[in-house]
Amino acid sequence: MSTRLERSTERPDIVTVNMGPSHPATHGVLRIVLELDGEVVVRAVPHIGYLHRGMEKIAENRTYLQFIPYTDRMDYLSPLAANVGFCLAVEELLGVRVPPRCEALRVICCELARIGSHLLWLGTHALDLGAATVFFHTFRDREWHYDLVEELTGARLTTSFTRVGGLARDATEGWLGRLREFTDGMPSRIDEYERLLTRNAIWLRRTQGVGVLRAEDAIAWGVTGPSLRASGVAHDLRKARPYSGYERYDFEIPTGSTGDIYDRYLVRIEEMRQSCRILDQALRDMPGGPVNVDDPKIFLPPKKRVLTSMEELIHQFMLVTEGFECPAGEVYHSTEVPKGELGFYIVSTGGKSPYRLRIRSPSFNNLSVLPKLCVGGLVADAVAVIGSLDPVMGEVDR
Amino acid sequence: MPDGERAVSRLLERFADALVSTGEFRGQHWAAVKRDRLVEVCRFLRDDPELGYDMLLDVTAVHWPEQPEPMELVYHLYSLSRNDRLRLKARAAERGPVPSLVGVWPSAEWNERETYDMFGVAFEGHPDLRRILMHDDYTDHPLRKEFPLYRG
Repeated sequence: MSTRLERSTERPDIVTVNMGPSHPATHGVLRIVLELDGEVVVRAVPHIGYLHRGMEKIAENRTYLQFIPYTDRMDYLSPLAANVGFCLAVEELLGVRVPPRCEALRVICCELARIGSHLLWLGTHALDLGAATVFFHTFRDREWHYDLVEELTGARLTTSFTRVGGLARDATEGWLGRLREFTDGMPSRIDEYERLLTRNAIWLRRTQGVGVLRAEDAIAWGVTGPSLRASGVAHDLRKARPYSGYERYDFEIPTGSTGDIYDRYLVRIEEMRQSCRILDQALRDMPGGPVNVDDPKIFLPPKKRVLTSMEELIHQFMLVTEGFECPAGEVYHSTEVPKGELGFYIVSTGGKSPYRLRIRSPSFNNLSVLPKLCVGGLVADAVAVIGSLDPVMGEVDR
Repeated sequence: MPDGERAVSRLLERFADALVSTGEFRGQHWAAVKRDRLVEVCRFLRDDPELGYDMLLDVTAVHWPEQPEPMELVYHLYSLSRNDRLRLKARAAERGPVPSLVGVWPSAEWNERETYDMFGVAFEGHPDLRRILMHDDYTDHPLRKEFPLYRG
């Protein structure tokens, strides 16, 4: 494997250059070995694994509840979405459905995560291409989003907000009011980002016709999420296989036509608008009632009952010290996270830990088309392509 | 219709001799096929107009050290046009070999590399079977069951 800066003996005009693992445009620890003919990329080989923590191995040795904090650390730009995805998979295995208020709050979590993730993508992607102003705008609003996440979950990044059968806590009326301000305020903010970029001549020159991903290639390489939709495939799990009550919301799936970087930009911009629409409906029709399932075998009973009743005390003790039992069986459950299809394949032989937990991460497959999109382009275009695929290395490497 | 139900019945019609077992849990159907017929079955699943599994979502394995063929390869297929998923399985020896599906779905390339890296299963016909998450000098395959969580 050639990894050093060197010249090939057969073709002395080809130079091998390491991009990364800590390069500002690789958005995390990603290394790409580029073979260059002048400024043109003739070969690109990504090297991943720098953030591999062995999460799938860890999961085999933890209870289902203990694994929730690990899901924060996969796509650390949208931990709430991964929290929801994992708990839905375990609930599928258990055959449990959460109350309507929990479903609506989980939809809010997923869409907040989508907006937060896309704001980071837009700011850094534009910064990579030299448009520094956008970064300051999106990061200001990302802070607004983080204030909401922090107030809801107690953490900005390591949210661990969902539980199997419910949520860590209910949202307060005050918080829902502040989310309403965000939901109403964001569309005009998105208009401002668009004013900076959508008809900006330099932005168009850097993104239109660059890094084109054709629909058939996207499908063959298992690309999902905005990168697939930008190639013209209207596939979104929230519509195709609704979960957490998504079938009750009215929203559209934006798609592109050429599959270039500009289309991926437009799709994500429109997704943020659609997320605001979903948030608006979730707030308008927020159901009352309980948030968590009333099943002390899987969900912690209310503290008041724990302190007054022996049976509840035992349930709490068992859940905290040992965890709950899952039936033997296997399920694959996936959700549409900001990057694409996040799937959890759980193999259970009964007992309190999975026998095997497989995490199908969208960024992993999305990144695998990178060489295809870079070869033949300029080095500067490789930077644009990476940003447009929006990989998160925590999720690629797990 | 539950996920994979039609595919499993089509496979029973056309490839009864290649199927080892079928099953269902929580509305998700799966089919286990003989390893040496895997590529043929996958081509059929992809090209049959009634099925059209155009996407290979995931490749992984489950290690059952006590069983005669301890490596269980698991493939998750998805048909965009029918919005249907199918779980396909095949059994292999500890180190394989298993035929590679790169020729059917290119996305198998990275996923099979990861399965090789984590389980040590060799994929026959894979164009570039290298480790992907662990470094090249690494000698273990961490998702195998005999690999300890801690090694102090």
